[in-house]
Parts: sequence; C-alpha cells; structure tokens
Amino acid sequence: MTVQELPGAAAYRPAPPPAWKPLTDPAPLLPDPEPYRVLGTDAVADADPELLLRLYAELVRGRRYNAQATALTKQGRLAVYPSSTGQEACEIAAALVLEERDWLFPSYRDTLAAVARGLDPVEALTLLRGDRHTGYDPRAHRIAPLCTPLATQLPHAVGLAHAARLKGDDVVALAMVGDGGTSEGDFHEALNFAAVWRAPVVFLVQNNGFAISVPLAKQTAAPSLAHKAVGYGMPGRLVDGNDAPAVHQVLGEAVARARRGEGPTLVEAVTYRMDAHTNADDATRYRVESEVEAWREHDPIRILERELTGRGLLGDEGIEEAREAADRMAAALRERMNADPVLNPMDLFAHVYEEQTAQLREQAARLRVELDAEQDQHGDEDVEERR
Amino acid sequence: MTTAAAATGERTARTKPATMAQALGRALRDSMAQDPTVHVLGEDVGALGGVFRITDGLAKEFGEDRCTDTPLAEAGILGTAVGMAMYGLRPVVEMQFDAFAYPAFEQLISHVAKMRNRTAGAMPLPITVRVPYGGGIGGVEHHSDSSEAYYMATPGLHVVTPATVEDAYGLLRASIASDDPVVFMEPKRLYWSKADWSPEAPVAVEPIGRAVVRRTGRSATLITYGPSLPVCMEAAEAAVEEGWDLEVVDLRSLVPFDDETVATSVRRTGRAVVVHESSGFGGPGGEIAARITERCFHHLEAPVLRVAGFDIPYPPPMQEKHHLPGVDRVLDAVARLQWEAES
Ligand SMILES: Cc1ncc(C[n+]2csc(CCOP(=O)(O)OP(=O)(O)O)c2C)c(N)n1
Repeated sequence: MTVQELPGAAAYRPAPPPAWKPLTDPAPLLPDPEPYRVLGTDAVADADPELLLRLYAELVRGRRYNAQATALTKQGRLAVYPSSTGQEACEIAAALVLEERDWLFPSYRDTLAAVARGLDPVEALTLLRGDRHTGYDPRAHRIAPLCTPLATQLPHAVGLAHAARLKGDDVVALAMVGDGGTSEGDFHEALNFAAVWRAPVVFLVQNNGFAISVPLAKQTAAPSLAHKAVGYGMPGRLVDGNDAPAVHQVLGEAVARARRGEGPTLVEAVTYRMDAHTNADDATRYRVESEVEAWREHDPIRILERELTGRGLLGDEGIEEAREAADRMAAALRERMNADPVLNPMDLFAHVYEEQTAQLREQAARLRVELDAEQDQHGDEDVEERR
Repeated sequence: MTTAAAATGERTARTKPATMAQALGRALRDSMAQDPTVHVLGEDVGALGGVFRITDGLAKEFGEDRCTDTPLAEAGILGTAVGMAMYGLRPVVEMQFDAFAYPAFEQLISHVAKMRNRTAGAMPLPITVRVPYGGGIGGVEHHSDSSEAYYMATPGLHVVTPATVEDAYGLLRASIASDDPVVFMEPKRLYWSKADWSPEAPVAVEPIGRAVVRRTGRSATLITYGPSLPVCMEAAEAAVEEGWDLEVVDLRSLVPFDDETVATSVRRTGRAVVVHESSGFGGPGGEIAARITERCFHHLEAPVLRVAGFDIPYPPPMQEKHHLPGVDRVLDAVARLQWEAES
C-alpha cells in the first residue's frame, strides 16, 4: 500500500497546486503488521553462515560486556549502567551494517553498539564512570557522543548526513532511539527534516517495551512505532529486534537505500529489556516476572544458537569458544576499569571555549590556589596523583 | 582583516548611507563567498530573504543548498545545524524572532554550548545563531523579547550584540569565523538605522569580546549595548545641559565580558549606570553591577544603578513606550547618583 492509497487521505488534502505530483517512489511506506523474522522462517536459508556465526560471537561478547559493566556499578567503578541485555541483536546489527565512513548516533543505552563498532571498551564507559563526558574523539571513530537528552541526537544525524551528501560523500548516518524517545519533539523534527531533505539517515527505534517504568501503551496510540514513518513520507519497517540476522538485513537494506540517495527509513525493532532500566531501577514495581520469563524463551542468543546448532554450524566447542573469548574481554575490561583514572582538575576550564575568557582564567587561578593549599595541608601523594 | 585603510579612515571618501540590515546581509554574503563551508539555514531565508530581508539574494547567489529554507521547526533547524557542523560545515542559523528561538533551547544548551566541552576539545561547533531581539517596533507579543540573559547564563556560548552598522558587519564576520558557537543578538529596532558606510571598503573586524567607549566623559559611565546605545548617546548629549559629562560604554559582547574596559571607565568616573531593555530582575544589569562593585568598590562614589525594562512580560505594542528605558529614565538615574556626596 502506498501513501496515496491510504483510505480517506485524499479528503484531507488541500486542492493540489498545478505542480503537485504524487510521490514517484512506489516503495510501500507502511510496515508489515508482523515484525520481519529470519530465524525459524524460510528466509534463514538465504542467510550467510559466516555472518550468522559472526553475529553469534558478537552477541555473546555483548551480553558479557553488559554483565561486566553492571557488576562494575556494584563495585562503585561505574556511576550507573543502563544495560542492553536482551537487546544485543539491535546493538550489534547497528554496528555491523555500517561502513567505516558511516556515522553512528547512539543514545545512553547504546554503549554496546559503540564497542561493537570498534570503540575501546573503556573509552566507551567514561560517561558512565563519570570521569569524562566523552572519552573518545567522535570524528576519529565516526561515533557521536552517547546522548543523554532523549532523541536530541536524531537531528544531529540528519544534519550530518545532509552535510555529507552536500559534499558528495556517500556517508550514511544511523541514529538510535528508544520507544519513549519517539514521543519527543526532536524525534518528529528529525524525521521530518530527513524526509524533506531525503537525507541518508536510518532511524533505529529499539522498542524494548518500557521507558523507565512506562509501557509502550502509555507512550503512543499508533499501531506500531514504524507506522509513524508514513506521515513523514518515508518507509517504516518492523523487525523482530531479537532476531539478529533479521535486524541486520532490515538495517542493511535501509542503509543501502540511504546510500543510493533514496532517503531515510524508520526501523522499529521489537525487543525487550531483560534487566532493569539501570542498576538503580526496581523493575518489579512495574512489570511481572512471568512477562520477563516469556521473553527469555525468545532471547536473541538463544534463538540464534538454536538455529546454528540445528544446522550443525555450531557445536559445544564453538559455544565454549565464544564464551571464553567473551570472558577474556570481560577480564581485561575489569582490570582496566579497576585502575583509578588520572584526572586533572584544571581540565575543567580547558574546553569551554577555544580560548579561555578572562573570567575563566581568574577562576582557574582560584582553583589552582585551592589545590595548592590542599596539597600543603595534606602533603600526600594522593592529591598529587589526582592532578 | 584589519587594514591600514580602515584604521586611517581613508575610506570615508567612498562611503554612503547603509542600514544595519544591509550590513548584516553583506557580512553573510562576504562570509559565504570567502568560505564555501558557510551555510545559512532557517525559516523563509531563501526566496523571501528572511522576514527582515537580511538574507536577501543569498539563495540566488549561492544556491538553495547553501541558503536553505528549512521546515518550520526551530529545534530541528539548530539540531541539524549541529550535525552539519560535526561534518565540517559552518552553519549560520536564523531564528525568525527572539521568542521563537525558545523551542531550540534544548539543542542550544545541551548540545551547541557543550559539544566542545563534552568531547574535551575534539569537536568544536562553529555555529552562529542569529536572533533578532528587543522591542520598539510595535510587534505583537512574542516579537519583542530580550532573551540575552538566558544565553549569557549558559557557559560555552558567546553572546554578541552590535549597536552600530559597522559593528553589525564586523561582529557578524567574526562570529561566523569563530570556532565557538555564537548567539548573535540583532537589535531589530536598529535594523533600519543608517550610517555612512561602504560595504565595498575594507572594514576592520574586531575580535569578539571587546567593549568600546562611544563617548568619553568624566562624571559617570553609562554601560549599555544593542538597542539601548542610541538612547544612552542621546541621554549623554542631553545631560550636558545639566552639567554632567557622561561616558558611554558599548559592550558589544556580553560573553566574553570585557571587565577591563568597563572597570577602567568606572574607576575614572566613579559612577555607573547600566542600561538595557530586558527585565531588570535576573537580567544582565545585575551581573554587570556586581562585577563593577567587586572591581571598583573603592572608586565608587555611588551605588551602581540599573535602568532596565520592567519585570513584566513584554507589554502590548501600544504600551511598550512605558516599558522601554528612554532618555528621561536614564537621565533620572544619573540624577540619583548621589552627586551631593561629591562636594
Ligand atoms: C529529554 C529527556 N527527558 C527525560 C529523560 C530521563 N530519562 C532517561 S531514560 C528515560 C526513558 C527512556 O525510555 P526509552 O526512550 O524507551 O529508552 P530506553 O531507556 O528504554 O532504552 C527517561 C525518561 C532524559 N534522559 N531526557
């Protein structure tokens, strides 16, 4: 069904001016009512075994990363960690569909996507550890800073993709947002700009059921979040967010479409947040264990593993191998995160403006005096070390 | 950009009257011609040339990709500008009117102002946000706000406001060239003010952050900016009759703030009045008065006074004359500077 065929739509349209033409792109904009699946369907026959195995290894690593980071909050090494356990298929696919020149615009929950894209696991955690806002150079990795204000990174992705296209670069931006974030004004403005400018952007909504405690039903009355696309004049796609090859395929098609100059796509991945919102949240207040149990059956690692073992692509040995590789990554992360970061308080003034204002120079001098006094008083290496 | 010709005033022979609006348009044009990464975007900036015609002709000269009519969404305009700047462009964003910039506050405060800091200097955002501001043009509500205090309170932003035709050109050029984000406040009441000025002549582009003494005097200092500068200049002329010789400082830049020029003047005159249109409570005048008191306390012969707009939502156009600080209110404040204490 194309947008022109929407029942009753013609009645709401103002009289077309002489130049008005219907959309020439016949691509159906509306999502299929059922999320697209690969695992357990005929489509799986076409899936590249090598890709499936790669996805599997990355999912296992990702799950371990989430567990390790959550453990680090308990040891006080991280201020907070919003786990993406259960959502690894979305995180990994988002990272793997992009070429090196493409850009990723993650939200605060998407540390895993940044790491899967190749970011140093420790650099990816500086925001959540609290020592620096962004521990990496976004330009060097083509990863925007993990974004805390909901949906505000989406217009950035549109602007960057638009700028790249103006420069003649075939760069695609992939922006990630949660189901709650789709209610924000910036979500709407970003999609509208992207469609009007035909910007090479892919929006990935991870619908994990909740915005902190608020279920999707209280967030939107739309049949699906992917349906929102049609109002902007871009295709909406609904995909099983736990089916890694399906997410990879749908995002891959959207990225290819953007790269061909055919404009943005909105992808809704239906998934589930297995852990609480963050380590500080109590999920028992707003959901029942039986719901979580039901989703455990549909765990992204479990369903992929079932497929791979069923086809004889993966045996106990391979499973063990993936687990050991993940453990090694976690051990290295743990060790590095257990070292205190070396901080320089004078950095507070270093990057407010290109050149420090006179006012900031004065304030920096005052802090310097306080630090010197502190050191005179304690005289211990502890203070010196923290500088 | 500073040239000998500009410095010596050689170009006066070639000048003709130009408006501030023309000077701003010329600054945009020259910046775009010089630097292909400069892009203008906003509502109605293309074929119409903006509701104040500042961007007139830019779309024709540089194409719609460089002077772009955007969808009507301020957060989207500034938000996409962030992404454009991340990719190496220099966006100049037009906010149609002061009060319509508010939907973009989230982008401005959480992203534009902070990106350099968040990324430890790796990703500065060279964005200029042009905001026509202030009253006195008979605009209905939401068309006359003085919103500079909100921007001033946000670390990471430069806040600049010209009061003369020459500064409009020079400061806008400097803002666009700056690697830091600049909120460029345009006193819309002065858009049609004229000066002998030739856009063809070389013009000195001053770095952002310097105040200038517009009139020297010995009795007291009027500290002001933007739309209130002409008011203060007129007041200073009128004050001569009362035997007061007033100095007038035009701040030009609210952030960074030029403490030196202000303090030097006030130490000499011993008295200061801060004049601006925006509401007094929580307004720029309070900050400026505090800074003066901290730096010049022993030189002060009187408390630093403020002449500001009342602490009310901007009034309807038929009432705005009562709200806006005019010459009489400035002179009244000068009269309250405890002159008798001097003798
Ligand atoms: C603009 C804004 N408002 C509120 C918050 C506080 N907040 C953080 S996460 C969150 C819920 C987000 O839910 P969703 O978009 O579904 O993403 P999820 O956490 O499920 O990944 C809220 C309300 C915020 N970060 N930004």
